[in-house]
Amino acid sequence: MKARIKFRKYGVMKFIGHLDVMRFFQKAMRRADIPIAFTGGYSPHMIMSFAQPLGVGVTSDGEYLDIELKEPITSEDAVNQLNQVMVEGIDVVSFREIPDDKKCSGMTIVAAAKYQVTLQESFKTSDAIKRIPDLWQEKVVNFMNQPEIVVLKRTKRSEKEMDIKPMIYQMETDKDGIHLFLATGSEQNLKPDLVMETFLNYIGEKPEEVPLHYHRLEVYARKPETPATMLRNQGEKATADIGEQFVSLEELGEVVR
Amino acid sequence: MRKLALNDEILLKIEKPARYIGNEVNSVMKDKEQIDIRFCMCFPDVYEIGMSHLGIQILYDMFNRREDVWCERVYSPWMDLDKIMREENIPLFALESQDPIKDFDFLGITIQYEMCYTNILQVLDLSGIPLFASDRDDSDPIIIGGGPCTYNPEPLAEYFDMFYIGDGETVYDQLLDAYKENKKNGGSRKDYLKKAAEIEGIYVPAFYDVAYKEDGTIASFAPNNSHASKKIQKQMVLDVTNTYYPQKPVVPFIKATQDRVVLEIMRGCIRGCRFCQAGMLYRPTRERDVEVLKQYAYNMLKSTGHEEISLSSLSSSDYTKLKELVTFLIEEFKDEGINISLPSLRIDAFSLDVMSKVQDIRKSSLTFAPEAGSQRMRDVINKGLTEEIILEGAGQAFEGGWNKVKLYFMLGLPSETEEDMKAIPRLADKIARRYYEIPKDERNGKCQITTSTSFFIPKPFTPFQWARMYTNEEYIARAAIVKHEFQEQLNRKSLKYHWHDAETTVLEGVFARGDRRIGKVLLEAYRLGCIYDAWTETFDNEKWMKAFENTGIDIGFYNNRERAEDEIFPWDFIDIGVTKSFLRREWERAMRGEVTPNCRIQCSGCGAAKYKGGVCVESKN
Ligand code: SF4
Repeated sequence: MKARIKFRKYGVMKFIGHLDVMRFFQKAMRRADIPIAFTGGYSPHMIMSFAQPLGVGVTSDGEYLDIELKEPITSEDAVNQLNQVMVEGIDVVSFREIPDDKKCSGMTIVAAAKYQVTLQESFKTSDAIKRIPDLWQEKVVNFMNQPEIVVLKRTKRSEKEMDIKPMIYQMETDKDGIHLFLATGSEQNLKPDLVMETFLNYIGEKPEEVPLHYHRLEVYARKPETPATMLRNQGEKATADIGEQFVSLEELGEVVR
Repeated sequence: MRKLALNDEILLKIEKPARYIGNEVNSVMKDKEQIDIRFCMCFPDVYEIGMSHLGIQILYDMFNRREDVWCERVYSPWMDLDKIMREENIPLFALESQDPIKDFDFLGITIQYEMCYTNILQVLDLSGIPLFASDRDDSDPIIIGGGPCTYNPEPLAEYFDMFYIGDGETVYDQLLDAYKENKKNGGSRKDYLKKAAEIEGIYVPAFYDVAYKEDGTIASFAPNNSHASKKIQKQMVLDVTNTYYPQKPVVPFIKATQDRVVLEIMRGCIRGCRFCQAGMLYRPTRERDVEVLKQYAYNMLKSTGHEEISLSSLSSSDYTKLKELVTFLIEEFKDEGINISLPSLRIDAFSLDVMSKVQDIRKSSLTFAPEAGSQRMRDVINKGLTEEIILEGAGQAFEGGWNKVKLYFMLGLPSETEEDMKAIPRLADKIARRYYEIPKDERNGKCQITTSTSFFIPKPFTPFQWARMYTNEEYIARAAIVKHEFQEQLNRKSLKYHWHDAETTVLEGVFARGDRRIGKVLLEAYRLGCIYDAWTETFDNEKWMKAFENTGIDIGFYNNRERAEDEIFPWDFIDIGVTKSFLRREWERAMRGEVTPNCRIQCSGCGAAKYKGGVCVESKN
């Protein structure tokens, strides 16, 4: 049986990097007596995979890991057992069984993620948040109305121009912050800080002087019935209903009773 | 939610912020309003090293069991943060509460090796605590030192208010109760130090005066305060089973050097190798009950979630119930995906069988520590490992599929000759030959024999405490002889040789047997910028040599002379049970190349029998 665990990461845990969060969960599985399955061989490993690494400093309401179980366990028990062994800053939100087929399992299905970007009072703390300047609302619209948004992508050896606009499914502002809905995953991957850096440059601000906090809200897969081509055909058409084409990783699973 | 001492901007800029945020699994949070004593435990090195130390975990657990004490932890900030803290005037803080160290009642520093001494000054300095004990007042924490280096605390005497000599499990309660009592009665810092000095095992350096002879050796060492006793008795838990053991050790987020459950199976060692300080300090050998250890293994694996467990002791093969314990661990945990990591066991049929079960033979290597290359030299150091035993063990292992061997030796041992040095490569070659005796189609490619040498450092409370050391150049010359001889060997292509750096050896030598006067070299070195001396990337020998020059301290006096039989040593005021006359007898036997049997074969009357426990009272056969 395969299961998907959703968790939140916040507070001081934002300073713990992806690899260490993986190590943390490996140990947590043992502490919580989750009947996780192992690979064979001399040094068996837990069968466990994480979705989309989260950068250091970023918080999240939608982190995921998939595990394989050797015995069934109910969602309620699993969530309770895990939460008893967590630390402040990591909460397990749900534990759901996922079907074995490729369309739902495995983290290669990740296709998009939603972020909330807030403006901090200073670089020193993400606890004190400022309102987004009203002007930005309009500027975001203008930014998104450009025919293309070209960035320089630096690799080890070369620099390459790339249009990131098709990867920004949504960019909106309200008083709480900027909401980003971005292509994410192994096929196409756009990081929120690259979008914000490009935006700030566009409006004539220096990115290194604007303290921003990034918070991931959710990670999505493409709805199994939505072919990839449909998305690209969207073109410039305002895509209020773009969310329709995606489903959160959590929703692909089912509660075990 | 806790507020961190460091702001986001700093934490996102430095390496591994997890070192400084606390919040780890099993770390203890208390309400500071509800407790009487705030204790901070320090390991003066980087977090990943400090978190791997069992001693702190034991004391942390022991203190936090008391409702009136909150024990927290602090480690040396790494170089990047050290710089920022100095620039921005950020005081050093404890991981749990994130409160400044200066607000604590106690700062306990475990002193595990000489090369961390400058980091002790760093910790005090960053905390804003005066470096000299004599400059501190009632607003400063009591600075207390513990650990193996406190068996000669003299080089650090001026920087500590007190030292705790021996096993931490015995008189800490008394020490803390006395503190509470003194605080309640409105007593001063000095009042408390007097009370503490009366507790067995507590050494308050300010209460002692040292006088020196013209030749620089000690003329007298005596208390100057009626509360202090002439001799400090080493503290020891005789019953190591019914005492504290942390069932819920703290689990770091980042990978510590010891990322596993550590099961201390016994204290002390029966062997009596003459260079080994631990073998003398922790006499008599005391074993933990095997049933209790099994229970601990369960509890700790469960509470930490670690995927590995290892045994710890000075010589695990001498643990009488080793077979039972190891078999149990394999049967219980192997299928749960738990790695069982065995310390270097004596190589024999049993250990090879166990090793083949818990590790991949092709990847793992066998370890031998003959410590000296020639039989003559091994007799001098009382290392009972013979060439026959090594070749026999290696042979068995090679036939079982192993092809990698690691060998550890020391250079610069007392009475060492060129022949003794050359015997090291020759022994390595003999092992390789033994491998190539196996028919080609039955062996596993080439063998790989890796030899490492370190330079011998005489330590207090060992039979070699009288021995001389050598200079940097002489050490390098010795290593060169060995290196050259390696090139002469038949199987040189299968042999690799590494040697440990000589510069730190010289410094360790000075601090291991130094007296109070060398405390000022330490301070001068620190002022010149020395820190993290145990790390090759930060160690700066030039600065150290400058510090010796500036303070006029002669390295030769401490290192390069054989000490006279009747010389008063700086550490003579400590009673470890083992007598100076026994050590002297052992030194003389060493010079005659005579071996001394281990405690289980025959008691040699070292003096530790006065504790009436451990191996001294086991029935001898
Ligand atoms: S008194 Fe005898 S048995 Fe006890 S530790 Fe000393 S030598 Fe060993």
